[in-house]
Amino acid sequence: MELFNLGIRSIFIDNMVFAYFLGMCSFLAVSKKVSTALGLGAAVIFVLSITVPLNWFLNEFVLKEGALAFLGENFATVDLSFLRFIMFIAVIAAMVQLVEMIVEKFAPALYGALGIFLPLIAVNCAILGGSLFMAQRDYTLAEASVYGFGSGTGFFLAIVALAAIREKLKYSNVPNGLKGLGITMLITGLMGIAFMSFMGIDL
Amino acid sequence: MSTETAEKKEEVKKEAEALLSKRRKKIVTDPLVDDNPITIQVLGICSALAVTTQMQPTLVMALSVIFVMVMANLTISLLRNKIPTRVRIIVQLAVIASLVTLVNEVLKAFAFDMYKELSVFVGLIITNCIVMGRLEAFALGNKPYDSVLDGFGSALGYSWIILAVAFFRELWGSGSLFGVPIFEAVSGLFGEDFQLATNGIMVTPVGAFLILGLIIWVQRAKTGYVEH
Repeated sequence: MELFNLGIRSIFIDNMVFAYFLGMCSFLAVSKKVSTALGLGAAVIFVLSITVPLNWFLNEFVLKEGALAFLGENFATVDLSFLRFIMFIAVIAAMVQLVEMIVEKFAPALYGALGIFLPLIAVNCAILGGSLFMAQRDYTLAEASVYGFGSGTGFFLAIVALAAIREKLKYSNVPNGLKGLGITMLITGLMGIAFMSFMGIDL
Repeated sequence: MSTETAEKKEEVKKEAEALLSKRRKKIVTDPLVDDNPITIQVLGICSALAVTTQMQPTLVMALSVIFVMVMANLTISLLRNKIPTRVRIIVQLAVIASLVTLVNEVLKAFAFDMYKELSVFVGLIITNCIVMGRLEAFALGNKPYDSVLDGFGSALGYSWIILAVAFFRELWGSGSLFGVPIFEAVSGLFGEDFQLATNGIMVTPVGAFLILGLIIWVQRAKTGYVEH
């Protein structure tokens, strides 16, 4: 039940986009068409569900204070947490590369559809943010897995919804200065208000 | 003989560019308005908006980004002929991540409250697309000094936007600036009945989106930039 609660929280209440502004770059750049938004959203879910648990292992057994205790007594007080940024981003970049190769090999159609977005995921803040939040909040392995999947799903929902709105928006008459980024920011704000209504829900 | 060398010297002088020539000034000033990283290029919106509820953390964030960008641009530009193209992304990420770790440790040591408040968002400078974007687009192909100027200009263009957002969000959301209560002081001036109310929505993420959207509108209306 706790886990379910965490999953719902990470999808709706602590939504990556609307609550923490993470992954905004790709959120704004790739939300012009629903089909590409679907692809990117799926890739983000995939990569987040893999990297967050993976970084959990890294954090738990290498980086945390005292994590190296299993190597012997001399290492019991070693604190490598200052290496967190570098290690996490290295894991993410490596995983993205791996995922890219696997997708290219086994699902060429999906690979073609995702195109440039797959490598760009390495610099998507939502991915790194997921791992950093996981480390900061001291999640257990189960929680980390649920959190990774949940926050990925939250991003997926947000970007697909925005893309659907923007497709319709093509037919409306937007003032010149607001076209593109401006109106998208305002729409995101309004969507954020909608997502805020989930606040305070406790399952 | 002597006249010859004198002539040569003059030639060399002409070739060497002034420290702040027109072209170099343009490198710094372009990203401020005409080619602003946030409002025109749509880069780096990710990590910064979350800290803009108040001026003070925003200022720290802006300074961190300026430092990271200038140093990263310098480093990559110095290494630009040594980095194999195939692994350049990893090299760039490693350079940026080291610099951000440095900033993070300094904040932890000297400004612990600020460190707590910014939490993961300092770390997220690593994935700030502006930094990567400038390294890819500029530092890899230009000399160190120009790259430093470019990094400084882009970071400055980014900073003034997030400071502007923070200004309105803190003023309307909390009624203060840098923690100094403005609304309370102003309300006192005009008697008991005159009270300025704060707007709760400015403190929430929604406020940041709305303010930024409006800033973009104003800026684009002025520059006449239209996106298609």
